[in-house]
Amino acid sequence: MESQYHYERYIRQVLLNELGTSGQDRLSMAKVLVIGAGGLGCPALQYLAAAGVGTIGILDFDHVELSNLQRQPLYDPEDTGKAKAVCAANKLKRFNPGVQFNTHNLKLLPANALEIIRPYDIVIDGTDNFATRYLVNDACLILSKPLVYGAVLRFEGQAGVFNLADTESGIKTNYRDLFPKPPAPSSVPSCNEAGVLGVLPGIIGTMQAAEAIKIIAGLGQPLCNKILSINISTNLFYEFSISPLTDQIVQGPKSPEELLNFDYDWFCGMDTVDLEISCDDFDRLRNDGELIIIDIRERGELPEVNEFDFMQIPSGELEEAFTEPLYGKKVVLFCRSGNRSIRAAEMLKKKFPACRIYSLTGGIDTWKRHQGRLVTK
Amino acid sequence: MRVNVLVFGQIAEITGSVSLEMKDTKDTNELVQRLITDYPKLKSIEYSLAVNRNIVRENTKLKDQDTVALLPPFSGG
Repeated sequence: MESQYHYERYIRQVLLNELGTSGQDRLSMAKVLVIGAGGLGCPALQYLAAAGVGTIGILDFDHVELSNLQRQPLYDPEDTGKAKAVCAANKLKRFNPGVQFNTHNLKLLPANALEIIRPYDIVIDGTDNFATRYLVNDACLILSKPLVYGAVLRFEGQAGVFNLADTESGIKTNYRDLFPKPPAPSSVPSCNEAGVLGVLPGIIGTMQAAEAIKIIAGLGQPLCNKILSINISTNLFYEFSISPLTDQIVQGPKSPEELLNFDYDWFCGMDTVDLEISCDDFDRLRNDGELIIIDIRERGELPEVNEFDFMQIPSGELEEAFTEPLYGKKVVLFCRSGNRSIRAAEMLKKKFPACRIYSLTGGIDTWKRHQGRLVTK
Repeated sequence: MRVNVLVFGQIAEITGSVSLEMKDTKDTNELVQRLITDYPKLKSIEYSLAVNRNIVRENTKLKDQDTVALLPPFSGG
């Protein structure tokens, strides 16, 4: 009975010689993670579920809003306020009970990205901000997972496949080969500000599902090392070819440790990152260990410090002394009053975005007074 | 010698058109310089540049009927 249902449900695609029963079997064994259950994620999820992908992960931390429905027809007005990941899973489960849905009702972060992505075969990027896009890209790169990319704005969309080797050349590329640097936040409008025609993410998200299905079933030519740009206003379809860039240009994290410590919000300029550290937090970090403390004053400057271990690198020599990014390490710079150290911290943070660099607020003078207060308390 | 220039995303909003034509530009550096002179707002925009559909990073010589495309990133989903 069940096999008859299975046969009937998928017969129209099993009829395709390029897919057939073996392709359908591959689909039913595949695990696909859709990150973002929004404009791109909804249509991707619906068609992946329709195609009979065996396991589908739905990751989103957001809730359904009325303004989503214009481009996210998976949801109803009654769903507003509900968690998207849970809501989408419930609807899709009714649509195809044969699919296993995993809900990840959370925000993707460097701390959880590898663990969440690891069990899946393919990832679909339906995110809506640069910080998460670079994080998804880097995590997929480290885990060697094919990533189906899509992005939309107004009437234009982009789609492509990353981390999948071209069958002829063996070459693979990723998002950082296309855009090594994120744009300044002020230079790129979001769909919230600039708008988007609802059908556009429908087209791009459906294309992302098609690419995933092609990769799983091993049919056709996936968009490896290419970005397809679509303008639904002018009907211009334009394909770009991407080549791998050298490590000098691309400065993303290359290992799980580096990923964990990569500061995506700072990299994408989303927040003005707080480089200041208070005396209390400084003392706490010193007790935790793993801290590199650098006195950036000129040699012989007073007051002398003998309460803790530190390195002495005068600010003029600092840039040269930092020859490699200190991934995974926290670095605290101090001077006498905190003025020189905040400038040095800003300079180093620009050069090594992955490094956690702080300046001791108020300098060693304030810290010494703070210690005095602790003693007399 | 004429080069076709295709612009995407918010770059088209700056130039006011999705395609432009440039005469006598010997390479991509010169083309970009001339675009920035005509449209100073381009200076603050991040984009990737393609010559005949291939994304290039270094200054690339241009010949008659080449197509240069400027693709900015966008993140909407």
